[in-house]
Amino acid sequence: MTGKTSVLDVQGLVKHYSVGRGLFGSGRRRLHAVDGVSFAIAPGETLGLVGESGCGKSTVGKAVLRLVEPTAGRIVLEGEDITSLSRSALIAKRRKMQVIFQDPYSSLNPRMTAGEIVQEPLINFGIGTRAEQQERVAALFARVGLRPDQRNNYPHEFSGGQRQRLGIARALALGPSVVIADEPVSALDVSVQAQVINLLMDLQEEYGLSYLFIAHDLGVVEHISHRVAVMYLGKIVETAPRDMLFAEPRHPYTEALLAAVPVSHPRMRRRRVVLKGDVPSPINPPSGCRFHTRCPIAVARCREEEPALLGDSSGHSVACHLRTPAN
Amino acid sequence: MAASEVTAATAAVAPTARRRPSRLRRIRRYLLPAMGAVLLVILILSALVAPWMAPYDPFEMNVVDRLLPPNEAYWFGTDAYGRDIFSRTLYGGRVSLVVGASVALASTAIGLLIGVIAGYFRMADAILMRIMDGLMAIPGILLAIGLMSLTRASIWVVIVAITIPEVPRVVRLVRSVVLSVREQVYIQAATAIGTRFPRLMVRHILPSTFAPLIVQATYIAASAVLLESYLSFLGVGTPPEIPSWGNIIAEGRLYVQIAFWNILFPSIFLALMVLSINVLGDGLRDMLDPRLARRL
Repeated sequence: MTGKTSVLDVQGLVKHYSVGRGLFGSGRRRLHAVDGVSFAIAPGETLGLVGESGCGKSTVGKAVLRLVEPTAGRIVLEGEDITSLSRSALIAKRRKMQVIFQDPYSSLNPRMTAGEIVQEPLINFGIGTRAEQQERVAALFARVGLRPDQRNNYPHEFSGGQRQRLGIARALALGPSVVIADEPVSALDVSVQAQVINLLMDLQEEYGLSYLFIAHDLGVVEHISHRVAVMYLGKIVETAPRDMLFAEPRHPYTEALLAAVPVSHPRMRRRRVVLKGDVPSPINPPSGCRFHTRCPIAVARCREEEPALLGDSSGHSVACHLRTPAN
Repeated sequence: MAASEVTAATAAVAPTARRRPSRLRRIRRYLLPAMGAVLLVILILSALVAPWMAPYDPFEMNVVDRLLPPNEAYWFGTDAYGRDIFSRTLYGGRVSLVVGASVALASTAIGLLIGVIAGYFRMADAILMRIMDGLMAIPGILLAIGLMSLTRASIWVVIVAITIPEVPRVVRLVRSVVLSVREQVYIQAATAIGTRFPRLMVRHILPSTFAPLIVQATYIAASAVLLESYLSFLGVGTPPEIPSWGNIIAEGRLYVQIAFWNILFPSIFLALMVLSINVLGDGLRDMLDPRLARRL
């Protein structure tokens, strides 16, 4: 549908990990971190990817960047399949797709100065002379709201929000068209979160960036996203344009997620949907619909048959036997 | 009224000032390593200037003056051939220095290379570490005896014999650092911005190994100095004609009941050198480890 116009197109992405090697190598089991995830992002669009901890949303980000090697699937960046590119060929494509990490503390090398950190991508791609690189670094510092004279400081001398700005400057240095933002604000104070989110939105407008915005905070996702995809146990269960998803969620899991968002008014009450139990282990995911163990409306069919992600013309897709667009 | 009470109570509970490190801790942190460094520098200088400072030729025999106790002419006394122990002890320091420094340098250099490969490449890891396990199982003294019987005794054979068993220790250290650093998010970040392997190594992974490596090198130097003396004492180390501390002690051993100064002074020098290197190493470890530094 969006295959031609999308800047990033991911088809059937799978990432399995081998875990828990038994005493005689017999007990090797597979952890289904990501199990067939497909999505596409149009130029200048933000796709919010939400789900609870451990549902595989961060693994999606890392597999798309090939920071972890996907088990199966196809990743098409600007019309070019990068799934099977060799490491050296992949490096050239990294200019186009950048990443902002969740933890602004561990994602910056403590032994490099802020200036060196932002300059490094320019050095890697041999962009400009040293003097031009310095100039570009200073411009990037200014653009993300850091003082250019802070270039010689080390990461530990910055606050969490400033460190995340450094991470953003590093990601922008190469002029990417897609940025994978892996929970970029969840480690920050609420007041700083807003500043960083606004910076990301300003940058999107200025450079026409596409974001894959991975988060678990629905409020943040509602603010920044154009479209939202909801993940549960390694699969996308629902995807829709933002307003549609927040106004009329179709999947029971999405309903439960939305019901858990605190309401800003003390007298307002949402209909409560409280899920029972924990997320099942991704090592041995449930048969049929993966959500049936906790689903309030599950029927016998959900236990046996896995629902496909089916969409309607409005771009609202849902993977549920009982809530398909046809019903 | 109630509010002021609360304030008073909080103020009483809150510490008045941040606790300063106690005097004992500051002495441990700065004074001891400084003393170790000063002592080591004195020992190094004394060995370096031995040709100018030694009052006698360390090889010159003077049969009339044999086994003299310390006096004005012979500060540390003389040995069974009438050689000056003070001069011989100064020269002996040169052997210890060369062995200590060479073994420390060689084993850290080789260990760094193998450790980085083992830590970064999983395929090589299993093979390399099994080889290292094998090397660790060889007793250093046995290896030295074996090498000595195969080749002509020389100080370089001693260095090789001591270096080989030290390499696996460095490899394990470097490997563990590399293993923990390669999982850091900033390594993924460096990969994501297109950093190629050589730069990734030099800028992101290797710097983390330097601090523990420097500390390890001091311990290796100290143990190499000691081992050289063991080997020389046993007659499988430095050729007997070269005055090393181990050789002087080995020769003096025969006369220990009538001329104890033959082994007393080289032993004191040996002990002081090992002690000063170890104290310096401990101090460096405390200063270079950011977690320990904060606590101290």
